[in-house]
Amino acid sequence: MSVIFSEVFLVTLLAAGVRMAMPILLAATGEVFAERSGMLNINLEGQMLMGAFVSFVVGYYTHSMVLALAAGILAGVLTAMLMSLACITWHAQHTVVGITLNMFVLGFTSFWYRVAFGITTSPPKADLAGSGTQAIPLLSKIPLLGPVLFNQSFLFYAALIIVAVSYFVIFKTRFGLKIRAVGEYPRAAETMGVNQIKIRYISMAICGALAGLGGTFLSIISLNRFVDNITASRGFIALAIVIFGKWNPWLVLCGSLFFGIVDALQLRLQAIGLNVPYHLMLMLPYALTIVVMVFTAGKSESPAALGQDYEREVL
Amino acid sequence: MIRNITKQFGDSKANDNVHLTVRSGEVHALLGENGAGKSTLMNILYGLYKPTGGQIVYRGEEVVIDSPMKALSLGIGMVHQHFMLIPAFKTWENIILGTEGDGKLKVDVRIVRERILTIARQYSLQIDPDARISTLSVGLQQQVEIAKALYRGAELLILDEPTGVLTPPEKAKLFETLRSYANSGHSVIFISHKLDEVMEISDRVTVLRGGKNVATENTADMDKQKLARLMVGRNVDFGVQKDSFAGETSQVLSVHNLVVPGNRLVSSLKGVSFTIRAGEIVGIAGVDGNGQAELAEALTGLRHVEQGEVLLGGQNIKNISPRRVIDTGVALIPEDRKSVGTVKNYTIDQNIILRREKAPSASRHGMLAYKRITRRTDEMIKEYDIRYTGRYLPVSALSGGNLQKVILAREISANCRLLIAMHPTRGLDVGAIEFVHAKLLQAREKGTALLLISSELEEILALADRVFVMCDGRFAGELTQRNITMENIGMLMGGETLAAQKEGEADA
Repeated sequence: MSVIFSEVFLVTLLAAGVRMAMPILLAATGEVFAERSGMLNINLEGQMLMGAFVSFVVGYYTHSMVLALAAGILAGVLTAMLMSLACITWHAQHTVVGITLNMFVLGFTSFWYRVAFGITTSPPKADLAGSGTQAIPLLSKIPLLGPVLFNQSFLFYAALIIVAVSYFVIFKTRFGLKIRAVGEYPRAAETMGVNQIKIRYISMAICGALAGLGGTFLSIISLNRFVDNITASRGFIALAIVIFGKWNPWLVLCGSLFFGIVDALQLRLQAIGLNVPYHLMLMLPYALTIVVMVFTAGKSESPAALGQDYEREVL
Repeated sequence: MIRNITKQFGDSKANDNVHLTVRSGEVHALLGENGAGKSTLMNILYGLYKPTGGQIVYRGEEVVIDSPMKALSLGIGMVHQHFMLIPAFKTWENIILGTEGDGKLKVDVRIVRERILTIARQYSLQIDPDARISTLSVGLQQQVEIAKALYRGAELLILDEPTGVLTPPEKAKLFETLRSYANSGHSVIFISHKLDEVMEISDRVTVLRGGKNVATENTADMDKQKLARLMVGRNVDFGVQKDSFAGETSQVLSVHNLVVPGNRLVSSLKGVSFTIRAGEIVGIAGVDGNGQAELAEALTGLRHVEQGEVLLGGQNIKNISPRRVIDTGVALIPEDRKSVGTVKNYTIDQNIILRREKAPSASRHGMLAYKRITRRTDEMIKEYDIRYTGRYLPVSALSGGNLQKVILAREISANCRLLIAMHPTRGLDVGAIEFVHAKLLQAREKGTALLLISSELEEILALADRVFVMCDGRFAGELTQRNITMENIGMLMGGETLAAQKEGEADA
């Protein structure tokens, strides 16, 4: 047990935790936009998975990190647009469409992966320039802080900027005011001249982009490969973290880090070889998320029109 | 100006070739019963509904208003009957929502606040830009609604039934604001079904009935009687005829020392006792939120009673399930007809059989008997004169008056022993109020005991045989036939107990 309290253990744990939090953080930040505009985007998982798959394929064939990133983002956006079309334009129920689309994406990506790469014992790797972590000279040498904060992927810094910008946009700009208004009371927003359809589509596009980026992080930055269902329900955890984070990007950052670190911890506890079935360890981050949510979730904080369809001439 | 506007919902016309001309600098009242098409017409003018036919001419030019955005850009603002405010937002956020900024990315709250306060001063509105909407009273929320339109520079302000939720002083203040707004050359369309208000505030009045124009007149040439005739299409009886109560009948409800925890301390019942006899209407007057809702809920099994006794015909109904309360013969006309009184996505038929779905008129062997239900509903629709746009549309498509008739049809026809009516005519127009009152009196004739909870003093005065005035969860006093007057009730509402009552008796 004493290993747990050594500095090396702590530093690698935190560094890994931050890394594992990234895909969830990106997706959850996107979901904040969607849910603030009233879209209950259960399809988050599917958008991540689509991003992970498409970016891997593009990266594998073009060997270009930039193209792979762009493709991953675009794939997320397109998946989100499918959901938007069904839910906003055709007024379908958010949860039903979201779940169905998730299953579609899972089948779609697994199928085309086999078509493209066949079934192999050693899955192909993308190995793009810029994957993995990059140590920043000097800063990464700071004890404790250095390895945790300055030996990460470039996307880590991008994600921090995205969180800050998201907070600013949602809470300090007129555009953010419109997003929140549509999510609270679409009819009121419309009477004030807000095009609620446009706002919801834009919010969903932002969400799809960030979820796609989160998936991209998984496939081409952290693992270098794609496997079936690579996202493994991280999209759903991100949904929970949005609630935990009270639809606020900064709190979502805290929630994601919490989950990431617990996830990293359970991996290490498995490795230590405690006399406990490893399934229990696997459960740990999920169980803790539930426990934390039970104790922190407030009732009235969610956007009032979350998951609700709006039609102008229906009273 | 609006020309030949027609709006069709399904196969019914909500507006049929309606004309309306509004001049600058005037307050123009749009008068009509519920369901006459007033709100529909205004939603068309505000771009929320697409007209099926007709034109809108604004400042001499024909315009197409296909969205609220367009209406706002033309200078048309609207204060909706159900406020279009976001409760979780602050006042200033609600006001600037949808406006374009000065090109800066970040909202400059200081400038916004300044502008809001300037407008507030100009039209003597009471606005705190940083107050969250959910913390404001309804009256203050309405002022925010008006400020929203004025912030956009509205030159034509539409107000849809703005006074229904206001106290008398708030109403006076609103009228003052509207006057000063109209005097500065702007126009106001004031939608109402209340005759007094129309007489008081408007310069001209257009009356709609059944979706059609009836008349446009100068208000000065009209009086209440004439307007009522135009609006309803027949003479309206403002008084209520009823025989005095003999008081010899058997006791139906007996409540003794009722203690019930309330939503707030002031609305907790702190020992309330009264009785109602068969064929008697007992009125509960008082400012809302002094325990009236808790009383109704406690009597119908919806709220737990801490102490005391509730007997219906000698049978205990304290803290038994609502189902059993209903079976014992208690019917309730709830305060909120939309979310408590009816299931809004159900049809008239389905709403009418609620609570009595087991009765032979609705089901056999556990299966719904649709033929019988339809037949019975048809009878009800006839008896209660329920006017609908579609027989099998959800009741959310009904106007408030007709919705209340559905509830009355269900509750009164249940042959109940005790009928509790909470604010039975709130928000209804003259015709519907007259109808509801007649039905309540009919139930009284049949020997039902009635508990009438209302904040409308006229209603209490017209209907009740005995009146209790509620204040702070207690009865501030009881008034019996001879001394039920507006003055006495008013005094008791203010909390002046014994002295006021003695005075009242001396007067009588």
